[in-house]
Amino acid sequence: MSFSEQDKKGWRLLGLPFIFSLLLLAVPLATMFALSFWTQDYLVLKKTFTLANYKQAWFEPVFQTLFTRSLLISFTVTVFTIIFAFPVAYFISFYGGKRKALWLFLITIPFWTSYLLRMFLWKVILGYNGVLNSFLEWIGAITEPLTFLLYNSNAVVLALVHGWAPFAILPIFVSLEKIDRSLLEASNDLGDTAFKQFFRIILPLSMPGVVGAVLIIFIPTIGDYITPKLVGGPEGLMIANMIQVQFSKANNAPLAAALSVTSLLIVGSISILFVLLNKKHLRNY
Amino acid sequence: MTNGGGIQEGNIVDLISIQKTFDRIKAVNDVSIGIKEGEFFSLLGPSGCGKTTLLRVIAGFEVPEMGDVLINDKLVNSVPPNKRPTNMVFQNYAIFPHLNVAENVGYGLRNSKLDKNLLQKRVRETLNLVGLDGFDNRSSTALSGGQRQRVALARALILEPRVLLLDEPLSALDKNLREQMQFELRQLQKSVGITFVLVTHDQTEALTMSDRVGVMFDGNVDQVATPEDIYNKPRTKRVASFIGSMNFFDAEVSVRQDNSIIALNNNLGKIRLKKESVFGMEGSKLSVGIRPEKFKLISNDNKEAGRAVSAIVYEKSFLGQTKLFNLRFKDSENVITVSTSDLKNAPNPHIGDAVKFIWDEEDLVGFYEE
Repeated sequence: MSFSEQDKKGWRLLGLPFIFSLLLLAVPLATMFALSFWTQDYLVLKKTFTLANYKQAWFEPVFQTLFTRSLLISFTVTVFTIIFAFPVAYFISFYGGKRKALWLFLITIPFWTSYLLRMFLWKVILGYNGVLNSFLEWIGAITEPLTFLLYNSNAVVLALVHGWAPFAILPIFVSLEKIDRSLLEASNDLGDTAFKQFFRIILPLSMPGVVGAVLIIFIPTIGDYITPKLVGGPEGLMIANMIQVQFSKANNAPLAAALSVTSLLIVGSISILFVLLNKKHLRNY
Repeated sequence: MTNGGGIQEGNIVDLISIQKTFDRIKAVNDVSIGIKEGEFFSLLGPSGCGKTTLLRVIAGFEVPEMGDVLINDKLVNSVPPNKRPTNMVFQNYAIFPHLNVAENVGYGLRNSKLDKNLLQKRVRETLNLVGLDGFDNRSSTALSGGQRQRVALARALILEPRVLLLDEPLSALDKNLREQMQFELRQLQKSVGITFVLVTHDQTEALTMSDRVGVMFDGNVDQVATPEDIYNKPRTKRVASFIGSMNFFDAEVSVRQDNSIIALNNNLGKIRLKKESVFGMEGSKLSVGIRPEKFKLISNDNKEAGRAVSAIVYEKSFLGQTKLFNLRFKDSENVITVSTSDLKNAPNPHIGDAVKFIWDEEDLVGFYEE
């Protein structure tokens, strides 16, 4: 096989990114995939093919519970984030006037602090002697601190909704910005009230942003590890925490790999299904 | 202003002393216009003259700071667009990209809780009216400019508005299609009998399509009249120069008579104008206008040569049906343009030749200079 000058130039250009993606994306994934079919005995890896890890991952009640809980938390977080983010994006896009850039800037300010710190702060806010309890005691609404605030799934949801809000606001904002304002005048001219206009024009045309936001939030939150660890307590733990335990303390990397692959499959298939369901909204206008 | 304003019997739209300001600039300044039921009315003017703002005031998208808007004798100042008996064809057509052609056309009817079969029937009828048979399920993003325009038209007409507002609907089309659509729009307006209000900056478009034209400059309406009157009897100098082309001469008023005014110009000599075709605040300085085709080139042996004026041809151009001559006077900067369509009989001087021309006094218009 001989390469023309142009081919060589192309390979030179693509070479580095190709090696980069190979080493940092494909190889780790392939390794994990291979690992999930092996077994580990203390520190020794046995490289004989087995489906035992998958059998365990899919059928043992503890893993089923964790998968279900992770899905449920991630789903709830996605729904609430979109519900809270949409009005914010709508406000900036339609009423931001000349200050749109300022508003977007303000929204990204919390991101200057590390994610870990922001999640940790929820502990400070929701804790037994935390900000919220102290405040409620101070105004006399309660006599002793509320304990249901922290260390459960609700706390995880709350913290994640807060943490991921900007990732929903930005894509929704962009899709709202793209809506030609004369379409709104046209719908108004054709008899729509503001309410009808929202459901007939604004929402359908902003769906690309909403779908993007859903994927951006749903995919990472299902595998979130830090937040449940910090504010989840024992009944707020998610699948990523279990994967971590299997990889480290339990010395069972193959099972961890099988759990990871399973979680990948679940997230992947749900995301693809979701995109297919919204196909008609995702045309490029 | 005396331009057809004020509430009159048979008016579908009455604009009374409308004023609208954007960022301290008066887009519309004390405008009063009455639009008659069933007519094709055009708002004509250069860009930025306030014509679109005025249209949007009728539609309800802009609320004037001062003045009243009456539609069908009802005060609609505070009525939002969705409650007004008007519909609009937007300049960019504003076709909903996520809906197909039939859904776009039926958009407004969906609000009327019409039976589904009846709605579909109405959509098909309206598509037929605008010449888009069989386009029902076509994606609205796969349409040509002309087709988009027809969809926008159908979408507005299906609601049977009392007034259809068209904001430069033809400006995005190429020349041939534009001329065809001018004709079709006019035919459509006659057949449906709905009042059309068209905004345009294209003089030919306004003149060929309209029953009446309102000419606007800098937020003011200078004249509201039939296309013939706008062309032949312009009321202000800017109307005269905006519509078609016109030669202007500075002249000094020398004699005022009962029915006519005699003015003097260096090149043309004594000019007699009818008093009724001289406009503006009376003064001593006059700008006299005459259309190029109203000048008549004559040969030396013509019996009217006695009253003719002579000038030198320095440019000539052939435009098919007409010929244009640019003439210059001796010892003068003044240039005039003469056009003739009588290519057979009129003299055909060469560049550099002296040529004689005459005019009729009823073809002159005069505007007092401030």
